[in-house]
Amino acid sequence: MSGELTNAIADLQENEALGMTQKRLDSGEDPKAILDESRKGMEIVGKRFSDGEYFLPELIFSGEIFKQIAEMVKPKLKEEVKAESLGKCIIGTVAGDIHDIGKDIVVFMLDVSGFEVYDLGIDVPAQAFIDKIKETNAPIVGLSGFLTLAFDSMKETVDAIKAAGLRDKVKIMIGGGQIDEQIMKYTGADAYGRDAMAGVKLAKQWL
Amino acid sequence: MEKTPEELYREREQRVTDAIQLKIPDRVPIITGMGYFPANYTGIPFETAYYDYDEWVAAYKRTLQDFQPDMFSIQPFFPGIFLELIKPKGIRWPGHGASPYHSHQSIELEILKSDEYDAYIEDPSDFMLRFYLSRTTEAAEPFKMLPPLSSLGQGYRGALALAEALIIPEVASAIETLKKAGQELAKWHSRIQAFSEEIEKMGFPPSGRGGALVPFDAVSHSLRGMHGTMIDMHRQPDKLLELCEKILEMTLDRPMPTPNKSGNIRVFMPLTRGSDDFMSLKQFETFYWTHLKKLVQTFADRGAQPCIFFEGNWDTRVEYFLEFPRGKVLAHFDTTDIFRAKEILNGHVSIQGNVPSSLLGTGTVQEVKDYCKKLIDVVGKDGGYIMSPRSSVDEARPENLRTMIDFTKEYGVYN
Repeated sequence: MSGELTNAIADLQENEALGMTQKRLDSGEDPKAILDESRKGMEIVGKRFSDGEYFLPELIFSGEIFKQIAEMVKPKLKEEVKAESLGKCIIGTVAGDIHDIGKDIVVFMLDVSGFEVYDLGIDVPAQAFIDKIKETNAPIVGLSGFLTLAFDSMKETVDAIKAAGLRDKVKIMIGGGQIDEQIMKYTGADAYGRDAMAGVKLAKQWL
Repeated sequence: MEKTPEELYREREQRVTDAIQLKIPDRVPIITGMGYFPANYTGIPFETAYYDYDEWVAAYKRTLQDFQPDMFSIQPFFPGIFLELIKPKGIRWPGHGASPYHSHQSIELEILKSDEYDAYIEDPSDFMLRFYLSRTTEAAEPFKMLPPLSSLGQGYRGALALAEALIIPEVASAIETLKKAGQELAKWHSRIQAFSEEIEKMGFPPSGRGGALVPFDAVSHSLRGMHGTMIDMHRQPDKLLELCEKILEMTLDRPMPTPNKSGNIRVFMPLTRGSDDFMSLKQFETFYWTHLKKLVQTFADRGAQPCIFFEGNWDTRVEYFLEFPRGKVLAHFDTTDIFRAKEILNGHVSIQGNVPSSLLGTGTVQEVKDYCKKLIDVVGKDGGYIMSPRSSVDEARPENLRTMIDFTKEYGVYN
């Protein structure tokens, strides 16, 4: 039944969702349809997170369910299916900082909101951001940081993007731990997002 | 006439105690974390805190002499050579995995696997010896080869079985390494102790003694990791709660720290993952609040003053803190709306905070003054308030930190 899998994922019914996936794969159903429906479930999870109904444990658990479904489906896919994308974003935790919780939430929310996200991970040197901007032409860059050392590290990253002649090609948003408007001014970023929802909102405005 | 260190010590202790007990002190007290700030202030790398004891002490003394807060938490000297010997897996420290000019950082590990709850709950000591140590510390890895101590056998056979286990070459070599680390650490104990004593002699009372974690944070940070813990909130919530109960019991079984010279026991409780940023209110009630309340109440009953750092934003849960015993708790807020918190907690829980680290790191002196003035006017009204930064001051501009302290001393006087 169409929509059942979407709901099972949205409602975090792990066993049901995995059972349905297996049954449908066994009956020879198009794996792409299963993946699409699963993605819709993840979109609902994202929506519920935005609405304050779900919190971090639900994001993480839904991600775990989706990962298992994707692993079951992938061997049956004939080719890599690329979801339609609203646009490209590059996200990473700035050099010197190895915290990933906040960054991962933003990546999740951008992803389920339809963005193609390049997640550069943690402790990302400025040059890696520059290389990725050149490679992908992504118009949006998100810098994450938890520690106060990120103040300077973010500023250095923005400066390096400027020095590489790419500042006019990208919009830069920052967020995390002790980051606020004050640091936005200090670093020369375009915007500060208090949470992941603010990040998605900014990214949509910048498309 | 200048005050003696003894006089300063007594004054500072009294000021902070008054604020915690919701009395009106002579002026708003000032507590700040000092962390690695003395390194930036005196122009030495952060790694000094691990590799040069004398220089680190000198940097701290100079900074404290120049800034004179009432109390502060320190980044104590910790011998890097000891860490290098035991090779901990969960930390990168300055000069070793982290830049010599940046603070240390923790790496969260999944120490307890999803199917090991019972093993821990039924026999925490066995888990600690054979699994916890071997998974957190490279030098202790061979301990995973030890048999469970409860299986060693009856009578003298038990001792023999242990003797045989101890000569497994890997185990024997691990013990050698730990012995060396132990000897190394023993050399430092007296000096680490001397560090705090020297600071006390300058007229600064210690900000706290001992600490405690809410069980959920303990599980999330150092047993299951955040990822595993949050999955278990859905997959096996009962096991997670059982583990939290066990940890609560073990925490409350620990002896209380001894009181300081003035008879106070300020117990530091850093809270992280019960905030609005991490869980719903319902999850907070189920997995967090009951244990937090029990810890705070028990410590207060035992004569301590829980000093709680609420990391992140706790806006939707501030009302719960009215259930803490009145006048015995200090709540240090980070990004929580401190002005609203004052409205709710006024006359019940003392409040500490919350000059933004961003302001201290990149703002102007005037901006710092304006922010502190507002804090003193609103949150400081009628006492029960302590001036403090939101979080780390590692990257604070010295003139800004100085302004926070000096302005409070001048403007924060109660009439």
